[in-house]
Amino acid sequence: MNARTLCLAALGLLALAALAAVPTFAGPYPLGLMIGILGYVVLATAWALFSGPTRYVSLATVAFFGIGAYTVAVLADLLPYPMVLLVAALIGLAVALLVGLATLRLAGVYFVVFTFGLTELIRQLVTYYEVNVTRTLGRYVFLPFGPEHIYWQLLALAAATLGLAFWVRRARIGFALRVIGDDEVVAAHLGIAITRTKLTLFAASAVIMTLAGAIQAPRWTYIEPSIVFNPTVSFLTVIMALLGGANRLFGPLLGAVPLFLLFEWLSANFPNHYSIILGLLFIAIVFLLPQGILAYGERLWPRRRTARPAAREATP
Amino acid sequence: MSLPHPLLSVEGLVRHFGGLTAVDGLSFALSAGEIVGLLGPNGSGKTTALNMISGYLPPSGGAIRLGGEPIGGLRPDRIGHKGVARTFQLVRALPSLTVAENVLAALAFRRERLWGEAGRAEAEALLAQVGLGGRGDQPATSLTYIDLKRMELARALASAPRLLLLDEWLAGLNPTELRAGIGLISGLRDRGTTVLLVEHVMDAVRALCDRCIVMNAGRKIADGPTADVLAHPAVITAYLGGEHA
Repeated sequence: MNARTLCLAALGLLALAALAAVPTFAGPYPLGLMIGILGYVVLATAWALFSGPTRYVSLATVAFFGIGAYTVAVLADLLPYPMVLLVAALIGLAVALLVGLATLRLAGVYFVVFTFGLTELIRQLVTYYEVNVTRTLGRYVFLPFGPEHIYWQLLALAAATLGLAFWVRRARIGFALRVIGDDEVVAAHLGIAITRTKLTLFAASAVIMTLAGAIQAPRWTYIEPSIVFNPTVSFLTVIMALLGGANRLFGPLLGAVPLFLLFEWLSANFPNHYSIILGLLFIAIVFLLPQGILAYGERLWPRRRTARPAAREATP
Repeated sequence: MSLPHPLLSVEGLVRHFGGLTAVDGLSFALSAGEIVGLLGPNGSGKTTALNMISGYLPPSGGAIRLGGEPIGGLRPDRIGHKGVARTFQLVRALPSLTVAENVLAALAFRRERLWGEAGRAEAEALLAQVGLGGRGDQPATSLTYIDLKRMELARALASAPRLLLLDEWLAGLNPTELRAGIGLISGLRDRGTTVLLVEHVMDAVRALCDRCIVMNAGRKIADGPTADVLAHPAVITAYLGGEHA
């Protein structure tokens, strides 16, 4: 562990402590905003964990998110809360492994379309089951949690997700994923077990998304498929990660914060034109900042990046 | 006394693409330490044969053995771990990585893996061997064509292969670069690496190969010492065309 890592860890802990204190002074509206932001920080960071290096654009985010939320709605009265989270995570894992095995051989646009279709399929299945078997479309989620409890859980999940992303970036498996993203054929010939590597990180990312949905379920009190399987969540996650830069540790976070606030403002002020503006924004981001803000910033101020290797050579 | 297994043996190898038979009953063997050329006109099935040995394509029929162990139809990463490494006809650099990381990608995922400081040091050493010493921190995309080829060779060597497959590794080089390239490959002889090279550059074949195998239309038409094979009437006919030879 070098000085830079230690410094980063210390800063991270400080930020975490400061953020943990937010509910002690923030009112209900700012706290609600913070919960929303944290939710998307988790989703975007988890998304980038897999999709950043592989460039597999997944629109299945909300499928896992919804599975988490629905598991909590179904099991909240039957099992102790930690068990509910565990079961949710396991269901998310099982679905991710199944989907991963079926789809990770698909490349490019086929994968995008499949993940989008999968989300719709799961939503329709849940709706069908609820209408025809349980005969109630919506469900109430009653858990003895205040917003601050949801906030703290999400904060812990966000910290764990960033920690995992930090570790993966330095670990062999993260490197393997980058090699795969560059050229799968070369990766296979160099000895990388392609399917296992992709599946592992796809599943890790999916479990985090499932937990994000599970933890946020009590926020709504009442949920139904069209709320927790809303495809806009998947789109927002992609835009946030791309805006910040899906190949940087803090890229998705830096994309999630401003965009969430912007969407919040847009949906409050332009409720009818919200999705049009969203679409235009999506197009603008992909056209203008294909590598994300962080990469754009580095191109504007290239000195730091070119100076680093030179410094490394000077102090062997 | 039993004969030792050849390092690589290929028996009755077949590959169909729909109705086309690209490789049609190919058989040959390589002894450890040999540098052998795999020649033939375009479309004769050389690269397809190489692709089956490296695991990129599963064979439609026949057997491939490495040191006596069957490897035909295994996944490329499995075959890689058994000791086969290759380069590609069109250089395939990993574009988002640095030069050293390209080599580290082989070190980190080979059987006896090297990672962290040890991996970096070994990558640097391999780069120095191919003439890219001190350039590890450059982005791979900044290299010239010959240097990309050097990097790809270092990456293949980083897998510590028993058998190295070179697919037209010398193609597209100018005369000076060609001399350097031939020097690099003949240097492999001293490491004891067995090399099978698909090549069209005849000067290189004469300079490097003890033996050559010639293919035409998916079949082997000649196999023997380089000078004999290149003078073989069937080989000349295959290269120049039947009517005009």
